[in-house]
Amino acid sequence: MPSTGNGTQASILPDSGHRRLPPGAIFKEAGLTAVVSLALLVPFVGFKIANRGGEQFLETRLPEVLIAAGLIFLGRIFLILVREGSLALPVAGGAVISAIGLFAPIPSAFIQAVAFTAGLVIIVRAAFMVFAARRRSSTGREFGSGFADGYRKALPWLASALIVFAVILPLMPFGERRTIDIAILVLTYIMLGWGLNIVVGLAGLLDLGYVAFYAVGAYSYALLASYFDFSFWVCLPLAGLFAGFFGIILGFPVLRLRGDYLAIVTLGFGEMIRVILLNWVSLTKGPDGVSGIPRPSFFGLEFKRYPAEGTESFHQFFGLDYSSLHRVVFLYYLILILALITNFFTRRIRTLPIGRAWEALREDEIACRSLGINPRNTKLSAFAIGAMFGGFAGAFFATRQGFVSPESFTFLESAIILAIVVLGGMGSQMGVVIAAVVLIGLPEYIRDLQEYRMLAFGAGMVLIMSWRPRGLLSQRDPTISLARAEGKTS
Amino acid sequence: MTDAPPLLRVEHLSMHFGGLVAIDDLSFDAARGEITAIIGPNGAGKTTVFNCLTGFYKPTVGRLTMQRDDTPWQLEQLEDYRIARDAGVARTFQNIRIFPQMSVLENLIVAQHHVLMKASGYSALALIGIGGYRKAEREAVALARYWLERVNLVERADEDAGSLSYGAQRRLEIARAMCMRPALLCLDEPAAGLNPRETGELNDLLGFIRAEHDIGLLLIEHDMGVVMGISDKVVVLDYGRKIADGTPEQVRNDPAVIRAYLGEEDDALEFVGGA
Amino acid sequence: MEYFLQQLINGLTLGAIYGLIAIGYTMVYGIIGMINFAHGEIYMIGAFISLISIMLLESLAGGSVIVALFVVLIVAMILTSLYGWALERIAYRPLRSSPRLAALISAIGMSIALGNYIQLTQGARNKTLQPIVQGNLELMKRDDGFTVVLSYMQIGIIVTTIVLMAAFSLMIAKTSLGRAQRACEQDRTMASLLGVNVDRTISLTFVMGAALAAVAGFLVVLYYGVIDFYIGFLAGIKAFTAAVLGGIGSIPGAMLGGLLIGLIEAFWSGYFSIEYKDVAAFAILVLVLIFRPTGLLGRPEVEKV
Repeated sequence: MPSTGNGTQASILPDSGHRRLPPGAIFKEAGLTAVVSLALLVPFVGFKIANRGGEQFLETRLPEVLIAAGLIFLGRIFLILVREGSLALPVAGGAVISAIGLFAPIPSAFIQAVAFTAGLVIIVRAAFMVFAARRRSSTGREFGSGFADGYRKALPWLASALIVFAVILPLMPFGERRTIDIAILVLTYIMLGWGLNIVVGLAGLLDLGYVAFYAVGAYSYALLASYFDFSFWVCLPLAGLFAGFFGIILGFPVLRLRGDYLAIVTLGFGEMIRVILLNWVSLTKGPDGVSGIPRPSFFGLEFKRYPAEGTESFHQFFGLDYSSLHRVVFLYYLILILALITNFFTRRIRTLPIGRAWEALREDEIACRSLGINPRNTKLSAFAIGAMFGGFAGAFFATRQGFVSPESFTFLESAIILAIVVLGGMGSQMGVVIAAVVLIGLPEYIRDLQEYRMLAFGAGMVLIMSWRPRGLLSQRDPTISLARAEGKTS
Repeated sequence: MTDAPPLLRVEHLSMHFGGLVAIDDLSFDAARGEITAIIGPNGAGKTTVFNCLTGFYKPTVGRLTMQRDDTPWQLEQLEDYRIARDAGVARTFQNIRIFPQMSVLENLIVAQHHVLMKASGYSALALIGIGGYRKAEREAVALARYWLERVNLVERADEDAGSLSYGAQRRLEIARAMCMRPALLCLDEPAAGLNPRETGELNDLLGFIRAEHDIGLLLIEHDMGVVMGISDKVVVLDYGRKIADGTPEQVRNDPAVIRAYLGEEDDALEFVGGA
Repeated sequence: MEYFLQQLINGLTLGAIYGLIAIGYTMVYGIIGMINFAHGEIYMIGAFISLISIMLLESLAGGSVIVALFVVLIVAMILTSLYGWALERIAYRPLRSSPRLAALISAIGMSIALGNYIQLTQGARNKTLQPIVQGNLELMKRDDGFTVVLSYMQIGIIVTTIVLMAAFSLMIAKTSLGRAQRACEQDRTMASLLGVNVDRTISLTFVMGAALAAVAGFLVVLYYGVIDFYIGFLAGIKAFTAAVLGGIGSIPGAMLGGLLIGLIEAFWSGYFSIEYKDVAAFAILVLVLIFRPTGLLGRPEVEKV
C-alpha cells in the first residue's frame, strides 16, 4: 500500500532497503495495539464519574472510545510505515488527522485532542527518522550530519537574533500588555530551565524538587520585604544566597545517593518545603500566602501614578505620561537581564574546571573519582548554583506577582521546569528557549491547549526519551578545541 | 638496594567480602622506575588488590603506604579521590571508563582538574576573569598534546571520545591517567581485547613511560606476552594469596606458579616460558 | 492505652495498604534496578477502576454484595495490570539500554501523563463512595466513652493482605515464573542465554506489581470512600519509602516497611501533628537512605568497578 513517492524516499532514507512488512502483519500489529488501547480506554474514557447537584453518577461516552481506538489503529499503521521507511503517506496522513483534530467541529474535546496529538506524533517521529538516517549516512569523521553542522554554524546567529528580538520586543507594534506579560512568563521559565539545566543537563543530577528553591527565593523576598522593609535590590542577592544555602543543606546528606534515589529524595524535599510553608502559619501566613509584596523600583524611582510625599516616580523623573505599561516593561527587561546572566554564567562555567568536572561526573562518576575529583563537593556546587538561580527567579516571581502562596510551588511546577529542560535537550541552552516558548508561551496564547498541557508534557517526555534519549537539541559542543587552544598561544 | 622506602609498600593486605576471603595477607613492594605485574588465574583477587589500592574498597586489614615527594600516604585511610589527587595513584579500568560524550582533549583536561581548580581560584576567580587560569589552561593543553602525541591521537583530539575505536579508547585512558602526573600508574588488564599490533604499541608505550617519567607502574595482566616481556617484577596470586614474586625469570621457573597456573601438566613450563 | 490500641489498629490497616503498593516498587526494582516512578499512578488508576466498576454494578443492581465486590476486585486487577503492562512496554522497554537518566525521565513523564489523563477524563473533583462494608467490633471501652473499634472493613483489609502476601510468596518461591524472576535479578544476559524469556518476565513483574496496587486501590476506595486523581503521588512516595525502609528488592521487607510506615503515620498524627504527617514519611525516607541505604532486610550492594 505505501507506493507513493518511493523513489524520493530512498534518497532520504538510505538504509530503508530492508525487508518490508507485508500489509497483513502491519494490520495485525496495529490491530493488537488498538485492542489493547480499547481495553485501556474503556474505563476512563468510556465512563465518567460525574457530579451534578451533589449527586454522583456514571456518564457513558462509548462512541469516543471507539473513535479514539480507531484513531490509534490508524496512527499505529502510520508509525509502522515510518519505521519501515516510508514517509510521504504517513506524514500526509498525520497532517490530515492533526488538522481534523484542530479545526473540524467535533463535539468531543477529547477526540480533538487525541486526533491532534496522534497526527503530531507521527510527523515528529518521521522527522526523527530522517535526522537519524542522515546522521548514519554521513561519512567521515565530521561531526554528525549536515543538519547538525548547519545548526552549529547557525546557532550564534540565531542566538544573537533572538536576543535582539527580545530587546526590541516591547517597542514593536505587537508589544502590547498581553504579549509582554506572556513574554515575562516565558522568560521566567527560561531562566528556571537554564538554572535547572546546570543540575540536570550538566551535572546529570535529576532534581525533582527544583521548585523548592524557587519557593525559598520567593518567600525570602516576600518575608524580608514585609518584616524588615528590605528593598528588592537588597533581597535579590539574598534570595539567591538563601536558596543556594538551602541547596547545600538539602544536598549535603543526599548527594552520595544513586540517581533514582536522589530523584525521589529531592521530590520529597520539594514537598516538605511546601508543606512547611503551608503549615508554619505564624511566619508564612499559611495557605493565605504573603500579599502586598513591594514592587521593584528603578534605582529608587517607583512605578506609581502618585508617588509618596517627597519622592519622585519613574514617569515624573523622565517627564513621561503615567502608564501602567512602564512597570511591566521594566519587569520584562529585569527578567531578560536575569535570564541572560544565567545563560552567560552557564556558558562560561562550562569552560572552567568545575563545569568540566560536572559534565565528567555526569558521564562516569567512578572515573572521576579515579582522577582525583571530589564527587561530593562537585555535585554540591552544581546543586547549590542551580538552586541559587532558582532563588533569583523566585525573588523575581514574588515581586512581579506581589503575592506568593504555597500553591505556586507544587510538584507540578517542578515537573514543568524539568519537562522544559528534558524536551529541549539536556545541556542545550537553545533547547530550553525553544521548549519554554512552545510549552509555556503557546498554551498561554491558545487557552484551549492549557487543559491538555500536562498530558502532552508527560507523553512528550516519554516519546522524546525513547526516540532521542539525550533530548531534542542535544548537540554538544566541546568546551575546548586543540586547534583553537593552541592557535591562541602561538 | 637503598634504605629509602619503596614507592608503594603493601603489607598484610586482606580483603573479606562477608565470609569470602578475596585477598589473604598479601605483601609486596612496587618501585619507582619499574613495572610490577600482578598475575594470577581468574578470580585470584587481582582486581580486588587494585580496588583496595585505589580506595574503591576499604581493605579489611593491612597497610598500604605510598611515597610521594618524600611524604608517606596511608592509602587505606584515604578516600578514593584523595588517593588519586594527593597520593598520586592513577588507574585505568578493566572495562574502559572514559567520558564518551566529551571530546578526547576534554578527557585529558578533566584529568588535570586539581591543578586547574587551584589555578582558577576554584573556578570562582576565573569566572570573573581574575588569576592565572588562562596560563594554566594553556599548560594543561600542552601536557594533553604531549600525551596525545605519545598515544597517537592528536588528529582526533576534538572528536567525542566515545567515537574512538576500542584500542584507541584504551590508549586514551592511559593518556588521561598520565595527565594527572601520577607517581604510580595502575593498569587493569591494559592489553585485554587488543590485537597483536596494538599490544606491541602498548608495550612500547609502557616502556616509554618507565624510561622517561620516573614513575612506578603496576599492572594486572592475563597476557603473558605483555607481562614477561616488559615487567621488572612479577607478583603471582592464587586464591587471594601470594604464591611467588620476583623477576619474570624466577617466577617462570617457580614450580608453585606452574602448579597454580596450569595444573600439574608437564607442558605448563613450556607454555609460560614460550608466551 | 485505649487510644494507643486504636492508633495501632489504624496504623496496621494503613500499613497493609502501603505494603501492597510497596511490593510493586520492590519487585520492579529487583528486576530492572530502577524505581517505577509511575507506580503511584497505577495504584490511583486501580482505585478509579474499582470505583467505576462498583458504580456500574450498583446501577445494574442485584446479587450478593460479597460476590459483587469480588467481581469488582478481579476486574480492577485485570484492567490495572493491563495499564502496568502498557507502562512497561511504552516507558521502560524501549529504554532498557539507554542511560538511566533517560529511563527515569520517561517514567516520570508517564506518571505525569497518567495523572493528567485521569484528571482530564474524570475531572479534578473528589469522587466518593457510600460505605458498603459497615459495622465493627467494639474491643474496649474507656470510662470517658472512648471506644476502641475494629471495623469489619479493617479486618477485611488485613485478611486480604495476608492472603495475598501468602499466595504471592508461594508463587515467587515455587513457580517457574518466580524462578525466572530471580534469575533475571541476578544476571539478565545470562538468564536470556539460558532460555529465560526476559521480556516476558519483566512484563509479568510489572503486571503483578500493578495487580497488587489495584488491590490497594480497591481497598482504599472501600475504606476511605474518597479518591481523587492526586492520591497516587503521596501514596507512591510513602510506599516507596516503605520499600526502601524494608530493604528495596526484598518482598517481606516491603511488607514490613509498609506496616512500619503505616504505624509511624498513625502514631505521628495521633500524638503529634496531623499537618506534618506527610513530612514524617519523607523524613524517614531521607534518614534511611543516609544511614542505612540497604534498609532493614535488604542485601548490601557491592559496587562493581
